[in-house]
Parts: sequence; C-alpha cells; structure tokens
Amino acid sequence: MKELIQTIVKPLVDHPDDVQVTVHEADEKTIYSLSVNKSDMGKVIGKQGRVAKAIRTVVYAAGSSQHKKIYLEISE
Amino acid sequence: MKQVTATGHTVDAAVESALAQLSTTRDRVQIEIIEQGKKGFLGIFGNKDALVKVTLPPDPIEETEQYIRNVSREIGVEVDIEVKRSGKNVTYLLSGDKIALLIGKRGQTLNSMQYLAQLVANSCSRQYLTVILDAEEYRTRRNETLMNLAKKMADKAVRSGREVALEPMPSYERKIIHSALINFKNIKTYSNGAEPYRHIVIAPLKK
Repeated sequence: MKELIQTIVKPLVDHPDDVQVTVHEADEKTIYSLSVNKSDMGKVIGKQGRVAKAIRTVVYAAGSSQHKKIYLEISE
Repeated sequence: MKQVTATGHTVDAAVESALAQLSTTRDRVQIEIIEQGKKGFLGIFGNKDALVKVTLPPDPIEETEQYIRNVSREIGVEVDIEVKRSGKNVTYLLSGDKIALLIGKRGQTLNSMQYLAQLVANSCSRQYLTVILDAEEYRTRRNETLMNLAKKMADKAVRSGREVALEPMPSYERKIIHSALINFKNIKTYSNGAEPYRHIVIAPLKK
C-alpha cells in the first residue's frame, strides 16, 4: 500500500525524493500519512482538492480488499 | 530523460550516431553541439572530431502508459494497455482479469485514474493532451446506460410536469446526457451545483 501511494504521487511532483509515506496503525483503521516537499503541496492537493480526492479514491479502491478501514492524510 | 554524447567526423555524423544509440528520430530530440570538429591540415594534422550531446525528452504518451501500468500493478491488477491517439486525445484501453477493481463503483476509480494520468501526461508534454481511460469497453457500455437513463428521465419530466434532477456526474458524462436530449423538443437540460457535485436537471417546457 505504501508503494502504491508512492507510485501514484512521485510522477506528479517536482521533488520525487521528498515523497514520504508513514503508516500509523490504530485499532480499527490504518492511517497513511503522506508528506511531500513544501513546494509540491499544491500539486498533490490540486484545485479544490481534486488531485487529493483522486489519489484517495484510487488508494481506497486498492484497500477495499482489506478488512481494516484505511485513511490517507496529507501533511507537510 | 535519456541522454547520450557521441562523436563523428562531422556534426551530422555525430548526431546520426547518437540517434542510432537512442533508436529515435531527429525531430524528437534536442541537440547540443559541444565541439564543431575541424577538418585539419590536409586532413592529417589537427583534425578534430565533432562532439554532440543529444537529449531525448520523455515521451508523454509512453510515460503515461507506464504510470497506468505501475499504479495498476500496485493495486494488484495486471493490465494490457492499448494506446490510441487522435490529435490531442489519447485513449488507453485497459483489459485484464480483475479489471472491475480498477473501474470501481460507477467508474469512480477509473475516473480518478484518468484524472491522475492526465496530470502525468501534461507534466511532460508541450501540447495539452486529453487522456481517456477505458477498461473493457466500460465507457461504451456506460454511454448506452446514460442515454437510456436520459430518455427515461426526460419522459418522467414530461409526464409529471416537474423538474428531474439526476445524480452528480463528471463533465463528459453530463455532456453525453445533454447531447442525447438535444432533439427532445418539450424539455430542456441544464447543469446545477459546483464540481464535483454538479448534476443535470431536466426541466419540462411549459406550453
């Protein structure tokens, strides 16, 4: 799942090396935290969050086979 | 981005050899001449080979295909991709075993992938490209469904004399409905709301 997020995000940003994904496991859910270079924030969020929404849709689709609920957070 | 430097007796010869190494054509590359090359005295003394640097910029269509392939693989679906290009429209036809996973409910996963693929395509393209992702004829089938739905809802609007609001759809799906109903004289269609919740309303015309 981590690799999926990186595969999606890296080609979209100017600084692919700064793309990092950390995982946080809670009882009922798994939270993936995505951080990118500050100047790339706009690129992964997009106009009115369109890019962020698209990334989430794809990630959640991949996670639908798992029983745990997954979340994707974007942080600086 | 691929780059090679090559030498040759003349600039032309050096470029040719670089193109052969990259297996590409001259119109797709950027050429930088580092050393012009000299004939030398009587072709014996002080002759110098030409040195060129040839850069092959990434091809947006191939890059995008690779992107779709990588993302699909990470989701756990191996896909076959067929690429069709007409003008600035590029269509990727996906087929494979678990393709339903890539389409998602009402095509939302496919639409999201399409949007991301479009971003990738335009990040390295000089000309604006419109990317369309289709999976196992999904879009064709969806078109038929939408056209049937449009006619049914138009009927309903006329019979009830009230406006009928459809569920939110992306812009090209709304376009299909608008154009399906263009010849219906006793109704009009318009879109309402803001993206991504923008939806079509079919209104009966008062007589």
